[in-house]
Amino acid sequence: MTKELSNKVINIKPSGIRKFFDLVSEMKDVISLGVGEPDFDTPWHIRDEGIYAFEKGRTFYTSNSGLKDLRFEISNYINRTQNISYNPDSEILVTVGGSEAIDIGIRALVNNGDEVIIPQPSYVSYEPCAILANAKPVIVNLQAKNQFRLTAEELQKAVTPRTKLLILPFPNNPTGSIMEKDDLEKIAEVIIDNDIYVMSDEIYSELTYNGKHVSIASLPKMKERTILINGFSKSYAMTGWRLGYACAPKEIVKQMLKIHQFAIMCAPTTSQYAAVEAIKNGDDDVAQMRQAYNQRRRFLINAFKEMNLPCFEPFGAFYVFPCIKEFGMTSEEFATKLLQEEKVAAIPGSAFGESGEGYLRISYAYSLDNLKSAMIRLNNYVNRLRK
Amino acid sequence: MREELLSIIEKNSRIGLNELAVLLGQKEEDVLKELETLEKDGIICGYNTLIDWEKTSIEKVTALIEVRVTPQRGQGFDKIAERIYNYPEVKAVYLISGGFDLLVILEEKSLREIANFVSDKLSTLESVLSTGTHFILKKYKDYGTILAKKHEDEREIVSP
Repeated sequence: MTKELSNKVINIKPSGIRKFFDLVSEMKDVISLGVGEPDFDTPWHIRDEGIYAFEKGRTFYTSNSGLKDLRFEISNYINRTQNISYNPDSEILVTVGGSEAIDIGIRALVNNGDEVIIPQPSYVSYEPCAILANAKPVIVNLQAKNQFRLTAEELQKAVTPRTKLLILPFPNNPTGSIMEKDDLEKIAEVIIDNDIYVMSDEIYSELTYNGKHVSIASLPKMKERTILINGFSKSYAMTGWRLGYACAPKEIVKQMLKIHQFAIMCAPTTSQYAAVEAIKNGDDDVAQMRQAYNQRRRFLINAFKEMNLPCFEPFGAFYVFPCIKEFGMTSEEFATKLLQEEKVAAIPGSAFGESGEGYLRISYAYSLDNLKSAMIRLNNYVNRLRK
Repeated sequence: MREELLSIIEKNSRIGLNELAVLLGQKEEDVLKELETLEKDGIICGYNTLIDWEKTSIEKVTALIEVRVTPQRGQGFDKIAERIYNYPEVKAVYLISGGFDLLVILEEKSLREIANFVSDKLSTLESVLSTGTHFILKKYKDYGTILAKKHEDEREIVSP
Protein backbone atom coordinates (compact mmCIF):
# COMPACT_ATOMS: atom_id res chain seq x y z
CA MET A 1 0.00 0.00 0.00
CA THR A 2 1.20 3.47 -0.75
CA LYS A 3 -1.61 5.52 0.77
CA GLU A 4 -0.70 7.22 3.99
CA LEU A 5 -2.11 6.20 7.37
CA SER A 6 -3.83 8.67 9.66
CA ASN A 7 -1.56 11.62 10.29
CA LYS A 8 -3.22 12.35 13.56
CA VAL A 9 -2.35 8.91 14.85
CA ILE A 10 1.11 8.84 13.29
CA ASN A 11 1.96 12.04 15.12
CA ILE A 12 1.04 10.66 18.52
CA LYS A 13 4.14 9.66 20.45
CA PRO A 14 4.16 6.10 21.76
CA SER A 15 4.01 5.90 25.54
CA GLY A 16 7.32 6.53 27.29
CA ILE A 17 6.69 3.40 29.30
CA ARG A 18 6.71 1.27 26.17
CA LYS A 19 10.29 2.27 25.46
CA PHE A 20 11.30 1.17 28.90
CA PHE A 21 9.37 -2.06 28.56
CA ASP A 22 11.40 -3.10 25.52
CA LEU A 23 14.58 -2.56 27.48
CA VAL A 24 13.39 -4.49 30.52
CA SER A 25 12.04 -7.46 28.63
CA GLU A 26 15.51 -8.43 27.48
CA MET A 27 16.84 -8.73 31.04
CA LYS A 28 16.72 -11.51 33.61
CA ASP A 29 16.27 -11.47 37.41
CA VAL A 30 14.91 -7.98 37.41
CA ILE A 31 13.11 -6.79 40.54
CA SER A 32 10.31 -4.73 39.19
CA LEU A 33 8.77 -1.69 40.86
CA GLY A 34 7.23 -0.74 37.57
CA VAL A 35 3.66 -1.90 37.44
CA GLY A 36 0.48 0.08 37.74
CA GLU A 37 -1.71 -2.77 38.91
CA PRO A 38 -2.31 -4.54 42.24
CA ASP A 39 -0.24 -7.60 43.14
CA PHE A 40 -3.21 -9.18 44.90
CA ASP A 41 -5.34 -11.76 43.16
CA THR A 42 -8.95 -10.80 42.70
CA PRO A 43 -10.61 -11.95 45.96
CA TRP A 44 -11.89 -15.50 45.57
CA HIS A 45 -15.57 -14.79 46.17
CA ILE A 46 -15.48 -12.38 43.22
CA ARG A 47 -13.70 -14.83 40.93
CA ASP A 48 -16.14 -17.49 42.05
CA GLU A 49 -19.03 -15.31 40.94
CA GLY A 50 -17.35 -14.96 37.53
CA ILE A 51 -17.02 -18.73 37.26
CA TYR A 52 -20.65 -19.11 38.30
CA ALA A 53 -21.70 -16.69 35.56
CA PHE A 54 -19.88 -18.85 33.02
CA GLU A 55 -21.49 -22.00 34.38
CA LYS A 56 -24.93 -20.45 34.18
CA GLY A 57 -24.24 -19.60 30.54
CA ARG A 58 -24.31 -15.87 31.12
CA THR A 59 -22.26 -15.28 28.02
CA PHE A 60 -24.47 -12.90 26.06
CA TYR A 61 -24.31 -9.14 25.56
CA THR A 62 -25.77 -7.08 28.34
CA SER A 63 -27.64 -3.86 27.69
CA ASN A 64 -25.35 -1.19 26.24
CA SER A 65 -25.11 0.77 29.44
CA GLY A 66 -24.41 -2.34 31.51
CA LEU A 67 -26.30 -4.78 33.73
CA LYS A 68 -29.11 -3.07 35.55
CA ASP A 69 -28.08 -4.75 38.82
CA LEU A 70 -24.56 -3.45 38.45
CA ARG A 71 -25.65 0.11 37.68
CA PHE A 72 -27.94 -0.05 40.68
CA GLU A 73 -25.07 -1.21 42.92
CA ILE A 74 -22.75 1.46 41.51
CA SER A 75 -25.39 4.05 42.30
CA ASN A 76 -25.62 2.71 45.87
CA TYR A 77 -21.87 2.68 46.23
CA ILE A 78 -21.40 6.28 45.10
CA ASN A 79 -24.24 7.27 47.37
CA ARG A 80 -22.82 5.60 50.46
CA THR A 81 -19.20 6.70 49.83
CA GLN A 82 -19.71 10.19 48.38
CA ASN A 83 -23.29 11.04 49.20
CA ILE A 84 -24.05 11.83 45.56
CA SER A 85 -27.10 10.30 43.97
CA TYR A 86 -26.95 9.11 40.35
CA ASN A 87 -29.91 7.61 38.59
CA PRO A 88 -28.88 4.08 37.56
CA ASP A 89 -31.15 4.25 34.50
CA SER A 90 -29.79 7.39 32.93
CA GLU A 91 -26.68 8.66 34.69
CA ILE A 92 -24.40 5.62 34.90
CA LEU A 93 -22.53 3.86 32.11
CA VAL A 94 -20.49 0.68 32.58
CA THR A 95 -17.35 0.74 30.47
CA VAL A 96 -14.38 -1.39 29.50
CA GLY A 97 -12.10 -0.18 32.26
CA GLY A 98 -11.79 3.42 33.37
CA SER A 99 -9.73 3.94 30.20
CA GLU A 100 -12.72 3.60 27.91
CA ALA A 101 -14.67 6.05 30.02
CA ILE A 102 -11.81 8.56 29.68
CA ASP A 103 -11.77 8.21 25.92
CA ILE A 104 -15.49 8.41 25.25
CA GLY A 105 -16.04 11.04 27.93
CA ILE A 106 -13.60 13.39 26.20
CA ARG A 107 -15.05 12.58 22.79
CA ALA A 108 -18.57 13.28 23.99
CA LEU A 109 -17.62 16.72 25.30
CA VAL A 110 -15.21 18.43 22.93
CA ASN A 111 -15.47 20.13 19.56
CA ASN A 112 -12.56 20.87 17.24
CA GLY A 113 -10.06 23.12 18.91
CA ASP A 114 -11.65 23.04 22.36
CA GLU A 115 -9.05 23.13 25.08
CA VAL A 116 -8.66 20.32 27.58
CA ILE A 117 -6.63 21.15 30.66
CA ILE A 118 -4.48 18.22 31.73
CA PRO A 119 -2.46 18.44 34.93
CA GLN A 120 0.78 16.46 34.72
CA PRO A 121 2.47 14.27 35.87
CA SER A 122 -0.51 12.03 35.25
CA TYR A 123 -1.70 8.88 33.57
CA VAL A 124 -0.55 8.54 29.99
CA SER A 125 -3.84 8.41 28.12
CA TYR A 126 -5.45 11.81 28.68
CA GLU A 127 -3.31 13.74 26.22
CA PRO A 128 -3.55 11.29 23.28
CA CYS A 129 -7.30 10.88 23.87
CA ALA A 130 -7.74 14.65 23.73
CA ILE A 131 -5.69 14.85 20.54
CA LEU A 132 -7.64 12.02 18.91
CA ALA A 133 -10.83 13.93 19.73
CA ASN A 134 -9.42 16.98 17.89
CA ALA A 135 -9.14 18.93 21.10
CA LYS A 136 -6.14 20.93 22.16
CA PRO A 137 -4.41 19.61 25.28
CA VAL A 138 -3.27 22.35 27.64
CA ILE A 139 -0.77 20.99 30.12
CA VAL A 140 -0.50 22.28 33.68
CA ASN A 141 2.81 21.28 35.21
CA LEU A 142 2.13 20.42 38.82
CA GLN A 143 4.70 21.43 41.39
CA ALA A 144 6.55 19.33 43.94
CA LYS A 145 6.25 22.23 46.38
CA ASN A 146 2.46 21.79 46.32
CA GLN A 147 2.85 18.03 46.70
CA PHE A 148 1.72 17.81 43.08
CA ARG A 149 -1.78 19.03 43.92
CA LEU A 150 -3.58 21.32 41.48
CA THR A 151 -3.95 24.84 42.84
CA ALA A 152 -6.61 27.39 41.91
CA GLU A 153 -3.91 29.78 40.63
CA GLU A 154 -2.41 27.16 38.32
CA LEU A 155 -5.84 26.32 36.99
CA GLN A 156 -6.86 29.96 36.54
CA LYS A 157 -3.68 30.61 34.56
CA ALA A 158 -4.42 27.78 32.15
CA VAL A 159 -8.02 28.81 31.47
CA THR A 160 -8.86 30.58 28.19
CA PRO A 161 -12.20 31.29 26.51
CA ARG A 162 -11.75 28.00 24.63
CA THR A 163 -11.35 25.88 27.74
CA LYS A 164 -13.96 23.13 27.73
CA LEU A 165 -12.77 20.47 30.13
CA LEU A 166 -10.47 19.91 33.07
CA ILE A 167 -9.07 16.45 33.72
CA LEU A 168 -8.73 15.88 37.44
CA PRO A 169 -6.65 12.77 38.10
CA PHE A 170 -6.60 12.27 41.87
CA PRO A 171 -5.54 10.15 43.76
CA ASN A 172 -2.78 10.45 41.23
CA ASN A 173 -0.78 8.01 39.20
CA PRO A 174 2.27 8.46 39.20
CA THR A 175 2.79 10.84 42.15
CA GLY A 176 0.47 9.30 44.77
CA SER A 177 -0.78 12.82 45.42
CA ILE A 178 -4.36 13.44 46.54
CA MET A 179 -6.71 16.43 46.57
CA GLU A 180 -8.50 16.99 49.85
CA LYS A 181 -11.84 18.69 50.30
CA ASP A 182 -10.46 22.19 50.82
CA ASP A 183 -8.14 21.81 47.80
CA LEU A 184 -11.16 20.83 45.72
CA GLU A 185 -13.28 23.70 47.01
CA LYS A 186 -10.67 26.19 45.85
CA ILE A 187 -10.49 24.86 42.31
CA ALA A 188 -14.26 24.34 42.13
CA GLU A 189 -14.67 28.08 42.35
CA VAL A 190 -12.49 28.61 39.26
CA ILE A 191 -14.28 25.79 37.45
CA ILE A 192 -17.74 27.23 38.11
CA ASP A 193 -16.69 30.81 37.35
CA ASN A 194 -15.36 29.77 33.98
CA ASP A 195 -18.12 27.26 33.23
CA ILE A 196 -15.83 24.29 32.60
CA TYR A 197 -16.61 20.58 32.60
CA VAL A 198 -14.58 18.25 34.81
CA MET A 199 -13.53 14.68 34.22
CA SER A 200 -12.63 13.37 37.64
CA ASP A 201 -10.66 10.14 37.30
CA GLU A 202 -11.13 8.53 40.70
CA ILE A 203 -9.94 5.03 39.88
CA TYR A 204 -7.73 5.02 43.01
CA SER A 205 -10.46 6.44 45.28
CA GLU A 206 -10.40 3.45 47.65
CA LEU A 207 -6.66 3.74 48.13
CA THR A 208 -6.14 6.76 50.34
CA TYR A 209 -4.25 6.67 53.61
CA ASN A 210 -5.15 9.76 55.57
CA GLY A 211 -8.92 9.70 55.47
CA LYS A 212 -11.62 9.00 52.94
CA HIS A 213 -11.45 10.21 49.37
CA VAL A 214 -13.71 13.15 48.50
CA SER A 215 -15.10 13.44 44.98
CA ILE A 216 -15.31 16.88 43.41
CA ALA A 217 -18.78 15.91 42.19
CA SER A 218 -19.97 16.01 45.80
CA LEU A 219 -19.36 19.78 46.05
CA PRO A 220 -22.24 22.19 45.40
CA LYS A 221 -22.94 22.92 41.69
CA MET A 222 -20.32 20.39 40.61
CA LYS A 223 -22.34 17.27 39.86
CA GLU A 224 -23.98 18.95 36.88
CA ARG A 225 -20.60 19.53 35.19
CA THR A 226 -18.63 16.47 36.25
CA ILE A 227 -17.97 13.09 34.71
CA LEU A 228 -16.96 10.91 37.61
CA ILE A 229 -14.87 7.96 36.47
CA ASN A 230 -14.14 4.95 38.61
CA GLY A 231 -13.80 1.21 38.19
CA PHE A 232 -12.96 -2.13 39.68
CA SER A 233 -9.33 -2.54 38.63
CA LYS A 234 -7.47 -0.94 41.50
CA SER A 235 -9.87 -1.22 44.42
CA TYR A 236 -10.77 -4.89 43.96
CA ALA A 237 -7.60 -6.01 42.13
CA MET A 238 -9.56 -6.68 38.94
CA THR A 239 -7.38 -5.11 36.24
CA GLY A 240 -7.70 -7.96 33.74
CA TRP A 241 -11.49 -8.01 34.01
CA ARG A 242 -11.57 -4.65 32.23
CA LEU A 243 -14.42 -2.99 34.01
CA GLY A 244 -14.98 0.64 34.84
CA TYR A 245 -17.80 3.14 34.85
CA ALA A 246 -18.74 6.74 34.36
CA CYS A 247 -21.32 8.70 36.32
CA ALA A 248 -22.48 11.97 34.81
CA PRO A 249 -25.52 14.11 34.07
CA LYS A 250 -27.89 12.28 31.76
CA GLU A 251 -27.28 14.63 28.80
CA ILE A 252 -23.61 13.63 28.84
CA VAL A 253 -24.21 9.93 29.45
CA LYS A 254 -26.62 9.93 26.53
CA GLN A 255 -23.87 11.06 24.17
CA MET A 256 -21.21 8.78 25.69
CA LEU A 257 -23.59 5.86 25.36
CA LYS A 258 -23.76 6.39 21.59
CA ILE A 259 -20.00 6.08 21.18
CA HIS A 260 -19.89 3.14 23.57
CA GLN A 261 -22.72 1.42 21.78
CA PHE A 262 -21.10 1.68 18.36
CA ALA A 263 -17.49 1.08 19.36
CA ILE A 264 -17.81 -1.44 22.17
CA MET A 265 -21.42 -2.66 22.39
CA CYS A 266 -21.16 -3.53 26.09
CA ALA A 267 -18.60 -4.28 28.77
CA PRO A 268 -17.69 -7.96 29.27
CA THR A 269 -20.68 -9.80 30.73
CA THR A 270 -18.85 -12.16 33.09
CA SER A 271 -16.90 -9.25 34.50
CA GLN A 272 -20.12 -7.39 35.16
CA TYR A 273 -21.57 -10.26 37.17
CA ALA A 274 -18.35 -10.58 39.15
CA ALA A 275 -18.37 -6.82 39.72
CA VAL A 276 -21.83 -6.94 41.30
CA GLU A 277 -20.38 -9.31 43.90
CA ALA A 278 -17.31 -7.08 44.35
CA ILE A 279 -19.21 -3.90 44.96
CA LYS A 280 -21.79 -5.57 47.22
CA ASN A 281 -19.53 -7.74 49.35
CA GLY A 282 -15.98 -6.53 48.75
CA ASP A 283 -15.53 -3.83 51.40
CA ASP A 284 -13.49 -6.08 53.70
CA ASP A 285 -11.17 -7.10 50.90
CA VAL A 286 -10.57 -3.49 50.03
CA ALA A 287 -9.84 -2.66 53.67
CA GLN A 288 -7.32 -5.48 53.92
CA MET A 289 -5.53 -4.50 50.75
CA ARG A 290 -5.52 -0.87 51.80
CA GLN A 291 -3.87 -1.80 55.07
CA ALA A 292 -1.18 -3.83 53.30
CA TYR A 293 -0.50 -0.98 50.84
CA ASN A 294 -0.30 1.48 53.68
CA GLN A 295 2.35 -0.61 55.46
CA ARG A 296 4.42 -0.80 52.30
CA ARG A 297 3.98 2.91 51.73
CA ARG A 298 5.34 3.64 55.20
CA PHE A 299 8.18 1.22 54.61
CA LEU A 300 9.23 2.99 51.39
CA ILE A 301 8.92 6.50 52.80
CA ASN A 302 11.15 5.40 55.67
CA ALA A 303 13.62 3.75 53.29
CA PHE A 304 13.94 6.97 51.26
CA LYS A 305 14.43 8.94 54.42
CA GLU A 306 17.27 6.65 55.40
CA MET A 307 18.76 7.00 51.92
CA ASN A 308 18.36 10.76 52.09
CA LEU A 309 16.31 10.74 48.93
CA PRO A 310 13.80 13.61 49.00
CA CYS A 311 10.23 12.41 48.68
CA PHE A 312 7.00 14.05 49.79
CA GLU A 313 4.65 11.76 51.65
CA PRO A 314 1.99 10.61 49.19
CA PHE A 315 -1.41 9.69 50.63
CA GLY A 316 -3.01 7.93 47.68
CA ALA A 317 -2.83 5.20 45.04
CA PHE A 318 0.16 2.84 45.32
CA TYR A 319 3.03 4.99 44.13
CA VAL A 320 5.78 7.03 45.64
CA PHE A 321 7.57 9.67 43.61
CA PRO A 322 11.07 10.34 44.95
CA CYS A 323 13.17 13.19 43.55
CA ILE A 324 16.46 12.24 41.89
CA LYS A 325 17.54 15.69 40.70
CA GLU A 326 20.69 15.71 42.87
CA PHE A 327 22.33 13.14 40.58
CA GLY A 328 22.32 15.41 37.56
CA MET A 329 20.78 12.83 35.28
CA THR A 330 17.47 12.76 33.49
CA SER A 331 14.87 10.39 34.93
CA GLU A 332 15.33 8.16 31.95
CA GLU A 333 19.11 7.98 32.38
CA PHE A 334 18.71 7.33 36.09
CA ALA A 335 16.14 4.59 35.56
CA THR A 336 18.07 2.98 32.73
CA LYS A 337 21.29 2.85 34.73
CA LEU A 338 19.42 1.57 37.78
CA LEU A 339 18.06 -1.20 35.64
CA GLN A 340 21.38 -2.07 34.07
CA GLU A 341 23.48 -1.89 37.21
CA GLU A 342 21.13 -3.10 39.92
CA LYS A 343 18.39 -4.78 37.91
CA VAL A 344 15.64 -2.75 39.48
CA ALA A 345 12.92 -1.52 37.16
CA ALA A 346 11.21 1.75 38.08
CA ILE A 347 9.51 4.10 35.67
CA PRO A 348 11.10 7.46 34.85
CA GLY A 349 8.82 10.27 36.01
CA SER A 350 9.18 11.91 32.61
CA ALA A 351 7.02 9.16 31.11
CA PHE A 352 4.07 10.93 32.78
CA GLY A 353 4.77 14.39 31.44
CA GLU A 354 7.57 16.94 31.39
CA SER A 355 6.98 17.93 34.98
CA GLY A 356 7.79 14.38 36.04
CA GLU A 357 11.36 14.96 34.92
CA GLY A 358 13.74 14.52 37.84
CA TYR A 359 11.49 11.99 39.57
CA LEU A 360 11.00 8.27 39.63
CA ARG A 361 7.72 6.41 39.92
CA ILE A 362 8.03 3.54 42.34
CA SER A 363 5.06 1.26 42.67
CA TYR A 364 4.36 -0.55 45.91
CA ALA A 365 2.05 -3.09 44.42
CA TYR A 366 4.65 -5.63 45.48
CA SER A 367 5.23 -7.78 48.55
CA LEU A 368 7.26 -6.29 51.39
CA ASP A 369 10.02 -8.84 50.76
CA ASN A 370 10.23 -7.68 47.19
CA LEU A 371 10.35 -4.04 48.23
CA LYS A 372 13.06 -4.76 50.79
CA SER A 373 15.37 -6.37 48.25
CA ALA A 374 14.69 -3.54 45.83
CA MET A 375 15.51 -0.88 48.44
CA ILE A 376 18.83 -2.57 49.22
CA ARG A 377 19.72 -2.42 45.56
CA LEU A 378 18.52 1.17 45.17
CA ASN A 379 20.55 2.14 48.21
CA ASN A 380 23.70 0.59 46.70
CA TYR A 381 23.09 2.44 43.48
CA VAL A 382 22.49 5.78 45.14
CA ASN A 383 25.58 5.39 47.32
CA ARG A 384 27.71 4.63 44.31
CA LEU A 385 26.43 7.69 42.48
CA ARG A 386 27.15 9.91 45.46
CA LYS A 387 30.80 8.84 45.75
CA MET B 1 -2.80 0.00 66.37
CA ARG B 2 -3.61 -3.23 68.24
CA GLU B 3 -5.53 -5.00 65.50
CA GLU B 4 -3.05 -4.08 62.78
CA LEU B 5 -0.10 -5.04 64.98
CA LEU B 6 -1.64 -8.43 65.73
CA SER B 7 -2.44 -9.08 62.10
CA ILE B 8 1.16 -8.34 61.09
CA ILE B 9 2.81 -10.55 63.68
CA GLU B 10 0.25 -13.28 63.19
CA LYS B 11 1.74 -13.61 59.71
CA ASN B 12 5.33 -12.86 60.58
CA SER B 13 6.43 -13.29 64.17
CA ARG B 14 10.08 -12.77 63.26
CA ILE B 15 9.62 -9.14 62.27
CA GLY B 16 11.95 -6.75 64.09
CA LEU B 17 10.68 -4.02 66.38
CA ASN B 18 12.15 -1.34 64.16
CA GLU B 19 10.39 -2.55 61.04
CA LEU B 20 7.17 -3.14 62.93
CA ALA B 21 7.21 0.49 64.06
CA VAL B 22 7.78 1.68 60.47
CA LEU B 23 4.94 -0.41 59.06
CA LEU B 24 2.55 0.79 61.73
CA GLY B 25 3.69 4.39 61.54
CA GLN B 26 4.29 4.38 65.32
CA LYS B 27 7.19 5.02 67.68
CA GLU B 28 9.28 1.98 68.58
CA GLU B 29 8.77 2.45 72.29
CA ASP B 30 5.00 2.58 71.86
CA VAL B 31 5.02 -0.61 69.84
CA LEU B 32 7.23 -2.30 72.41
CA LYS B 33 4.91 -1.26 75.20
CA GLU B 34 1.92 -2.60 73.31
CA LEU B 35 3.69 -5.90 72.63
CA GLU B 36 4.55 -6.28 76.30
CA THR B 37 0.96 -5.62 77.29
CA LEU B 38 -0.31 -8.14 74.75
CA GLU B 39 2.08 -10.77 76.06
CA LYS B 40 1.29 -10.03 79.68
CA ASP B 41 -2.45 -10.23 79.05
CA GLY B 42 -2.03 -13.57 77.32
CA ILE B 43 -3.35 -12.22 74.03
CA ILE B 44 -0.07 -13.14 72.39
CA CYS B 45 0.35 -16.74 73.58
CA GLY B 46 3.46 -17.73 71.68
CA TYR B 47 5.54 -17.21 68.56
CA ASN B 48 5.38 -20.33 66.42
CA THR B 49 6.83 -21.33 63.08
CA LEU B 50 4.73 -22.86 60.34
CA ILE B 51 6.55 -25.91 59.01
CA ASP B 52 5.59 -28.13 56.13
CA TRP B 53 6.94 -31.37 57.61
CA GLU B 54 6.06 -33.27 54.48
CA LYS B 55 8.98 -31.65 52.72
CA THR B 56 11.43 -32.96 55.34
CA SER B 57 12.57 -36.55 55.84
CA ILE B 58 11.10 -36.53 59.32
CA GLU B 59 8.05 -38.77 59.73
CA LYS B 60 4.98 -37.18 61.26
CA VAL B 61 1.44 -38.44 61.31
CA THR B 62 -1.40 -36.18 62.28
CA ALA B 63 -4.87 -37.32 63.25
CA LEU B 64 -8.08 -35.50 64.06
CA ILE B 65 -9.98 -37.42 66.70
CA GLU B 66 -13.62 -36.83 67.44
CA VAL B 67 -14.37 -37.61 71.05
CA ARG B 68 -17.76 -37.99 72.65
CA VAL B 69 -17.70 -37.63 76.43
CA THR B 70 -20.00 -37.43 79.42
CA PRO B 71 -19.61 -34.01 80.97
CA GLN B 72 -18.88 -34.06 84.68
CA ARG B 73 -21.04 -32.45 87.30
CA GLY B 74 -19.82 -28.99 88.23
CA GLN B 75 -16.95 -29.02 85.77
CA GLY B 76 -18.60 -29.57 82.42
CA PHE B 77 -16.07 -30.52 79.81
CA ASP B 78 -13.09 -28.71 81.32
CA LYS B 79 -11.86 -31.52 83.51
CA ILE B 80 -11.84 -34.15 80.80
CA ALA B 81 -10.33 -31.69 78.32
CA GLU B 82 -7.51 -31.06 80.76
CA ARG B 83 -6.81 -34.76 81.15
CA ILE B 84 -6.45 -34.96 77.38
CA TYR B 85 -4.51 -31.78 76.67
CA ASN B 86 -1.85 -32.56 79.25
CA TYR B 87 -0.45 -35.25 76.97
CA PRO B 88 2.41 -33.54 75.07
CA GLU B 89 1.62 -35.42 71.84
CA VAL B 90 -1.79 -33.72 71.81
CA LYS B 91 -1.39 -30.58 69.68
CA ALA B 92 -4.85 -29.12 70.15
CA VAL B 93 -8.11 -29.73 71.93
CA TYR B 94 -11.27 -27.90 70.97
CA LEU B 95 -14.75 -28.08 72.44
CA ILE B 96 -17.03 -28.48 69.44
CA SER B 97 -20.74 -28.06 68.82
CA GLY B 98 -22.56 -30.76 66.88
CA GLY B 99 -22.35 -34.53 66.79
CA PHE B 100 -19.42 -34.93 69.16
CA ASP B 101 -17.86 -32.92 71.97
CA LEU B 102 -14.10 -32.62 71.72
CA LEU B 103 -11.85 -32.43 68.71
CA VAL B 104 -8.35 -33.63 69.53
CA ILE B 105 -5.44 -33.08 67.17
CA LEU B 106 -2.72 -35.59 67.73
CA GLU B 107 0.72 -35.68 66.20
CA GLU B 108 2.89 -38.79 66.35
CA LYS B 109 5.71 -40.44 64.47
CA SER B 110 3.62 -43.33 63.15
CA LEU B 111 0.13 -44.70 62.68
CA ARG B 112 0.84 -47.31 65.32
CA GLU B 113 1.63 -44.70 67.93
CA ILE B 114 -1.63 -42.91 67.18
CA ALA B 115 -3.54 -46.17 67.41
CA ASN B 116 -1.87 -46.89 70.73
CA PHE B 117 -2.71 -43.49 72.10
CA VAL B 118 -6.35 -43.81 71.15
CA SER B 119 -6.79 -47.34 72.44
CA ASP B 120 -4.62 -47.15 75.55
CA LYS B 121 -5.01 -43.62 76.76
CA LEU B 122 -7.97 -41.86 75.22
CA SER B 123 -10.62 -44.58 75.05
CA THR B 124 -9.89 -45.82 78.53
CA LEU B 125 -10.72 -42.50 80.15
CA GLU B 126 -13.81 -43.00 82.19
CA SER B 127 -15.94 -40.26 80.70
CA VAL B 128 -15.02 -40.98 77.08
CA LEU B 129 -17.99 -42.62 75.36
CA SER B 130 -16.57 -43.04 71.87
CA THR B 131 -13.86 -41.85 69.51
CA GLY B 132 -13.54 -41.48 65.74
CA THR B 133 -10.09 -41.08 64.27
CA HIS B 134 -9.35 -39.31 60.97
CA PHE B 135 -5.83 -39.30 59.57
CA ILE B 136 -4.63 -36.30 57.68
CA LEU B 137 -3.35 -37.38 54.28
CA LYS B 138 -2.22 -34.04 52.91
CA LYS B 139 -2.21 -30.46 54.09
CA TYR B 140 -3.14 -27.98 51.40
CA LYS B 141 -3.45 -24.92 53.56
CA ASP B 142 -2.59 -24.41 57.19
CA TYR B 143 -2.96 -21.35 59.40
CA GLY B 144 -4.07 -19.31 56.40
CA THR B 145 -1.01 -20.21 54.37
CA ILE B 146 -1.29 -22.24 51.19
CA LEU B 147 1.37 -24.96 51.35
CA ALA B 148 1.16 -25.92 47.68
CA LYS B 149 3.60 -24.24 45.35
CA LYS B 150 3.53 -20.50 45.24
CA HIS B 151 2.36 -18.95 42.03
CA GLU B 152 4.63 -16.61 40.18
CA ASP B 153 4.04 -12.94 39.50
CA GLU B 154 2.55 -13.08 36.03
CA ARG B 155 2.16 -9.36 35.61
CA GLU B 156 4.06 -7.45 32.95
CA ILE B 157 7.30 -6.03 34.31
CA VAL B 158 6.22 -2.48 33.64
CA SER B 159 2.79 -1.03 32.95
CA PRO B 160 1.33 2.46 33.11
